[in-house]
Amino acid sequence: MRMPRVLERESVLAPLMLAPVTLYIVLLVGFPFLMAFVYSFSNVTVGNPQFHMIGFGNFTAVLRDPTFLKSLMNTCVFTFTSIALVLVLSNMLTELLMREFRFKWLIRFLIMLPWTAPIALGTIGFLWFLDSVFSPIDWLLRTWGLLGKPHDILGPMSNLYWLGRPGLAMASVIVVHVWRLLPLATMIRIAGMNSIPREVIEAAQVDGAGYYRRLFQIILPLLLPVISVTVLFSTLFTFTDMTVVWVLTKGGPPDNSTQVLASLAFLKGIQGGDLAQGAAVAIFFFPVLAGVAAVVLRIAKKAVVT
Amino acid sequence: MANVHLAGIKKHFEGVKAVDGIDLEISDGEFLVLLGPSGSGKTTLMRLVAGLEKPTAGNIIIDGQTVNDLAPRDRGIAMVFQSYALYPHKTVFGNISFPLTVEGMPREEIKKKVAWAAGLLGIGHLLDRMPSRISGGERQRVAIARALVRRPKVLLMDEPLSNLDAKVRHTAREELKLFQREINVTTIYVTHDQAEAMGLGDRIAVMHEGTVRQIGTPDSIYNDPQNMFVAGFVGIPPMNFMEQEGVIIGFRPEALLPEEALPDKDCMRLRLLVERVEDLGSHRLVYGTIGTAKVIANHSFRLNLKEGDEHEFAICSREVRRFDPKTGERIRP
Repeated sequence: MRMPRVLERESVLAPLMLAPVTLYIVLLVGFPFLMAFVYSFSNVTVGNPQFHMIGFGNFTAVLRDPTFLKSLMNTCVFTFTSIALVLVLSNMLTELLMREFRFKWLIRFLIMLPWTAPIALGTIGFLWFLDSVFSPIDWLLRTWGLLGKPHDILGPMSNLYWLGRPGLAMASVIVVHVWRLLPLATMIRIAGMNSIPREVIEAAQVDGAGYYRRLFQIILPLLLPVISVTVLFSTLFTFTDMTVVWVLTKGGPPDNSTQVLASLAFLKGIQGGDLAQGAAVAIFFFPVLAGVAAVVLRIAKKAVVT
Repeated sequence: MANVHLAGIKKHFEGVKAVDGIDLEISDGEFLVLLGPSGSGKTTLMRLVAGLEKPTAGNIIIDGQTVNDLAPRDRGIAMVFQSYALYPHKTVFGNISFPLTVEGMPREEIKKKVAWAAGLLGIGHLLDRMPSRISGGERQRVAIARALVRRPKVLLMDEPLSNLDAKVRHTAREELKLFQREINVTTIYVTHDQAEAMGLGDRIAVMHEGTVRQIGTPDSIYNDPQNMFVAGFVGIPPMNFMEQEGVIIGFRPEALLPEEALPDKDCMRLRLLVERVEDLGSHRLVYGTIGTAKVIANHSFRLNLKEGDEHEFAICSREVRRFDPKTGERIRP
């Protein structure tokens, strides 16, 4: 079948093909972003859709709010710890999965599994793992004699209350988030490893470089573009994510021990009804993330050129 | 500098016998070429010496020390890879100095040694460049400089000239031989190119299916082959074979000459049916048949032979090699 002649003209076809994605971005990303931007300078609430522009009032209020500062701090801890762990663990997993051994397919399948499960479902599974009474982890610790009796290492209480104690709650949230980021980071890492010629690594071996020297002086510099992309995506995912936090702790235990900026924006804007302040918190991400993206892309570009 | 002794080396990969029982003795300062078709196990054998593979059986002894369980870096070897394997993110200086940096050598000494190696290979002016900004021939020199800079006991080279274009390859071959003599390092050199092997090697080990079929000087490999494989593999065009009185006789194309060139009475006369003539300027290749055997004659006479012509050719008996048709081994008188 012949296409109508007008569709073969590039000036018609190109805009037509680009239209869906442009519409998608404008309607679902651009418009809400613009709304958030406008809202953040207004006094809009859920109950009162009529609003006035009030300038930087929301921002000064947010910056003076100790919860915001605590959430900002938590977000940084959450993000940087997660990414550091993901980088180290994905390196270890890559070393493992680049080797030949029996049942490698099974290990690979298990490692890739978190990626295929919906985040919320996987996290609900962890909610049970970390339950304050029925946690199987606590049960194991009690069975091994580490918990539950007066002189046990982890204390005399029958449970650790993973999500009920500030430090443990943050650690739990980070571990679950790392579990979820790891498969993708590992996949990207393996793809990057496969692009390094084997002879280059062998040359380093013959030249006398041990494992760590090969890793830090040969492999990592050559992987820099790939790793920066991983870091960029992980940072963006982690900084803006609230799924894990919301399902596991909803920002608790008091006082806001695991509250991150994304969950705080949701809490203030949607649950609290103060759209303007929620928007101000959310907008706070923007310069930070834009900055991260710019820096990482610059590193990646520089590494590709050389 | 060192001698290398390989004793009963075997390497099997999941049932594939890549190297299947090799004994070799390489003396101090010798240039040994491993020559063979692809899949003959020559690169695997070199990787075993380098320590990049572990032998299934046998011992690798460098300078009297068994190195089977030593890591590559503890063997005192250096290697030039087929792809050169330069570190793309390091400058030429960074590449050459890497093995010294690893040893923890002081910076001043590193500079001196790099200057020495770069000078030897004529690449002193490239030290600040990145590998992606220099030519193939220059990369090859950088790879060799990196291998030589810490004065290895044994230098391993895996087809280092195969990525160069024909013209550069020829000069590179000459230089390679010259500086190997100059620094007198024991060298094992892998290639499938027999011209390289003949031109470079003090001795050549011809490999086939994981075993060494013959080892000897280029002259003995060419003129005194021990079996039909070596006779047929070495030489361009290869040795002619035909059956005669229950044995296989072999003779080099350049030994099969038009009869007028060989008035000698100690010669065997044969009638050759010409199928094709290639005039290569300095010499001519005549493709044809003698009886049922396909043969090639290589001579430099102007005879004006054409397809379909029949012509008397002759071979001197001292040029004829006789082989057992069953085993392919040489029958010596």
